[in-house]
Amino acid sequence: MTCEECGKNPATVRFEQVVNGKRTVMNLCAECAQKKGVLSVLFQPTFSINSLLSALLGSQMKGLPAASPGEEEKRCRICGMSYRDFARAGRLGCSRCYETFEDRLDPLLRRIHGSGRHIGKAPVKAGGAARTRRKLEELRRQLAAAVAEEAYEKAAELRDKIKALESTLGREEE
Amino acid sequence: MRREEGLLENIVRRSSSPWMDGSGTMSDVVISSRVRLARNLRDVEFPHRMDEKAAKTVFDKVKNAVLDVNARKAVPELTCIDLEDVSPLDRQVLVEKHLMSPQHAQPLPGRGLVTRPDERVSIMVNEEDHLRIQCLYSGLELDEAYITANGMDDLLDERLDFAYDDRTGFLTACPTNVGTGLRASVMVHLPALAIGDEVSRVLSAVNKMGLVVRGLYGEGTEGQGNVYQVSNQITLGQSEKEILENLSLIAKQVVAEEKRYRETLMKNRRSALEDRIFRAWGILTNARSMSSEEAVRLWSDVRLGVELGLIDGPDVTHINEILVIAQPNFVMRSHGRTMSSEERDIARAELLRRHLASMKS
Repeated sequence: MTCEECGKNPATVRFEQVVNGKRTVMNLCAECAQKKGVLSVLFQPTFSINSLLSALLGSQMKGLPAASPGEEEKRCRICGMSYRDFARAGRLGCSRCYETFEDRLDPLLRRIHGSGRHIGKAPVKAGGAARTRRKLEELRRQLAAAVAEEAYEKAAELRDKIKALESTLGREEE
Repeated sequence: MRREEGLLENIVRRSSSPWMDGSGTMSDVVISSRVRLARNLRDVEFPHRMDEKAAKTVFDKVKNAVLDVNARKAVPELTCIDLEDVSPLDRQVLVEKHLMSPQHAQPLPGRGLVTRPDERVSIMVNEEDHLRIQCLYSGLELDEAYITANGMDDLLDERLDFAYDDRTGFLTACPTNVGTGLRASVMVHLPALAIGDEVSRVLSAVNKMGLVVRGLYGEGTEGQGNVYQVSNQITLGQSEKEILENLSLIAKQVVAEEKRYRETLMKNRRSALEDRIFRAWGILTNARSMSSEEAVRLWSDVRLGVELGLIDGPDVTHINEILVIAQPNFVMRSHGRTMSSEERDIARAELLRRHLASMKS
């Protein structure tokens, strides 16, 4: 049997690969196998999250009219990226893009994460107000859960905490 | 020797890492827990859009922040390595030791790695995001890993201007990481489920819970050594605590299922299981030529044997080191040169024999 990769040398190595549960077997010569062996960790998956995202965005772009001549496409003022560039790359250009393309990103984020709102950690630098807002959101969610469970005593406690925090926030934001 | 070189030399030469010492909760099934935070500098182009100058500016900013953190002596000393100064072979060993991603081994200007002697913390500079703060712990210790990563995040946040928006959270190059920027994962070893042909059933259930399953070295390596990495997919709309709790809860279920199969095997198939395990041990300690795939496959049986108390003697750290010794670039690094695959297989078999000789059962 000759090597399935180069088709020249005799195949001496059986090369098995499992990708997404699909097993492929190749018979290779030592030279081609070495190439595959050494590169096994270097291997760049072509089926990446960015290519998937790009496909998802591509379908979103199809529904949009192409920018007519003379009409400027909206670009990020920091990195110069357009939404079309993003759709191709599957990655944004800089942090400012989130603000620039907010209208279009919002539904996308909902599609990916099932939510468009951050409720986790705020950086220390974001200051007291941002951290308090985080905490408030967390408490409001707990309140909604408590009401849904009909745990009214707990809900009342949470409501008091929320009120107190809201007045703190009022002071912090002044 | 410069400090960076000294640290790097120590890391790439050793097959052991503290995160594989077998400590921590449920470490008979859970090899390690990893927490990764994606962070970016405000109004600076993301790495895939940056030119060389911008990339180097980010690298220098991170380096200065790290030096400042060191000056405060709040945490064990960090070293900032410029990956352009690291040989391609050493970069691959850093990947094989799980200190950085395969993508990060590609030589691009401004790429860096911040780490420390215990290898628990590693920060990739200018990978997909400007910073990827990663913490690795042995066993199911997601909380520990998060506490360390979070502390590191706070220290760097004080010194760098992270891109953050009240509504969308931490802003990342790919919208799939936005919000908490947190990707938590546990590396589990499921040999008994594999013998019972139940891995796909269990893992597809895990998938349905919104978690992602990958192999030992990420996508495309599924099934190697019966090792799987389970991680969260969603980063926005859930708090860090929820993400960690959710993953931990599901990991515990997977562990329980694996243990149930281990018990069943011990009860009903003990002699066949012992035969399989000791055959693996026999080959691993005697073979004169061994491929990477074979070493990882035998490792799986031997590790199961050690965890079940069938093989007496070797400790888990020694056994887990086999996973690193099995890797092609580590073998070449320990010989200080590139090798053909035949040469490598012979060198690997020798390294394994020497490694295991000190602890024959």
